[in-house]
Amino acid sequence: MIQLRFTSHLEKFFPGLGELRLEARDVAALIRQADERFPGLAAYVVNEHGALRPHVNVFIGDERIHDRQGLTDALQDGDVVTILQALSGGMMRK
Amino acid sequence: MGESSADHLILGTRKGLIRYERRQGSWQLVQEALPAQTISYAFVDRRNDTLWAALDHGHWGNKLQRSRDLGESWEEVPTPAYPENAKRPDGGSAACTYLWYIAPGGEEEPNRLYFGTEPGGLFSSDDGGDSWQLNEALWLHPSREHWFGGGRDQAGLCSIIVDPRDSRRITVGISVGGVYVSEDGGESWQGRNRGLNACYLPNPAAEYGHDPHYMLASPSQPDVLWQQNHCGIFRSEDGGQNWLDISQKETGAYFGFAIAVDEEDARCAWVVPAVDAEYRIAVERRLRVCRTEDGGGSWQELTVGLPQGPSYDLVFRHALDVSGDTLAFGTTTGNFFISEDRGDTWQCLSHHLPPIHSVQFH
Repeated sequence: MIQLRFTSHLEKFFPGLGELRLEARDVAALIRQADERFPGLAAYVVNEHGALRPHVNVFIGDERIHDRQGLTDALQDGDVVTILQALSGGMMRK
Repeated sequence: MGESSADHLILGTRKGLIRYERRQGSWQLVQEALPAQTISYAFVDRRNDTLWAALDHGHWGNKLQRSRDLGESWEEVPTPAYPENAKRPDGGSAACTYLWYIAPGGEEEPNRLYFGTEPGGLFSSDDGGDSWQLNEALWLHPSREHWFGGGRDQAGLCSIIVDPRDSRRITVGISVGGVYVSEDGGESWQGRNRGLNACYLPNPAAEYGHDPHYMLASPSQPDVLWQQNHCGIFRSEDGGQNWLDISQKETGAYFGFAIAVDEEDARCAWVVPAVDAEYRIAVERRLRVCRTEDGGGSWQELTVGLPQGPSYDLVFRHALDVSGDTLAFGTTTGNFFISEDRGDTWQCLSHHLPPIHSVQFH
């Protein structure tokens, strides 16, 4: 099970968006899973080709992902994944 | 007197969508919607009163919202998306980075819409905006290698004109790229840049690489086209086959972004001049509108009611509109002006709005 956390900025567009627990083997699949729970969410994080938007960061634990184009970074059970905007405020939900 | 389009205004701003209405003779702010969201372009499709808002969420990309009750409720619809194999001129993968402009199709095609985007793609929809398709004929035009970014990183398709006499005749303006015309509903495109001046190129008379900031057709004579270009103001009387430079630098009528054309008189248009590209502020820091009533033979400076002290106002390309004798424009410093006598005198409705990206009578 992967724990997926979001910047509070995204709650403006997806009310009720909280921490999700999902099954996925890589980050791309994780975002697809999240999009099924909150339709349209993926388009806020990645562009039409699945590449991470320029000012969005995804962390696995404390490490930024390496593959911003295909989001192929692998996930393991128990990982905590965080989606943040690069700058400009916005806090993690407590 | 009954209500007309001159009584309703929609503004797309950096911090939301704002509507004004003229009620009992006075203009009132009647609605704020999509608060604090950046609206790159707001547009009411008069065929069905559908309100469109193109949003620029910055980090989160561009989004498209549609309202069928004039902003009371909204639905997010798919944003125009470039196909997987669409490449930019530099070989990189093309993705939609800005939503510039929406235009309705012809009267006989009620579900058709066009969308102009960055990096230069024209999209169309035949289902009222539920889905969008890239116009590949224009995207793959051999001249696309001459398109590039001006104020933004990549070319933007900022003007779309559908001929009211024949909706298969479509004219678009790409900034920077030039003017293109299709006579067959978008299946093929030809450049229409003869007479334009690309003052920033080694060859200013190049066939492509021109910068029409905004282009419109005269409603009463659709073959009369006008454009506020990066390098002057140009007019064509033959659908863009030949352009004539109608700038008049001594009045300031040269550089700018916005242009509006009279609904009845194909010799009459308005611009809001700015100092050249590297400054982008009001000419002499006095805000003025320039009007021509003789097809660009001469321009008249209109300043009554506009700030003549230090003014840093700039008017973006889609932030000036006209309906009948009433004109309105909004500026980058949040000033919103209206004139009910064809620009002779102006009234400021607010000094305190967010930067204004688009203004439309509807």
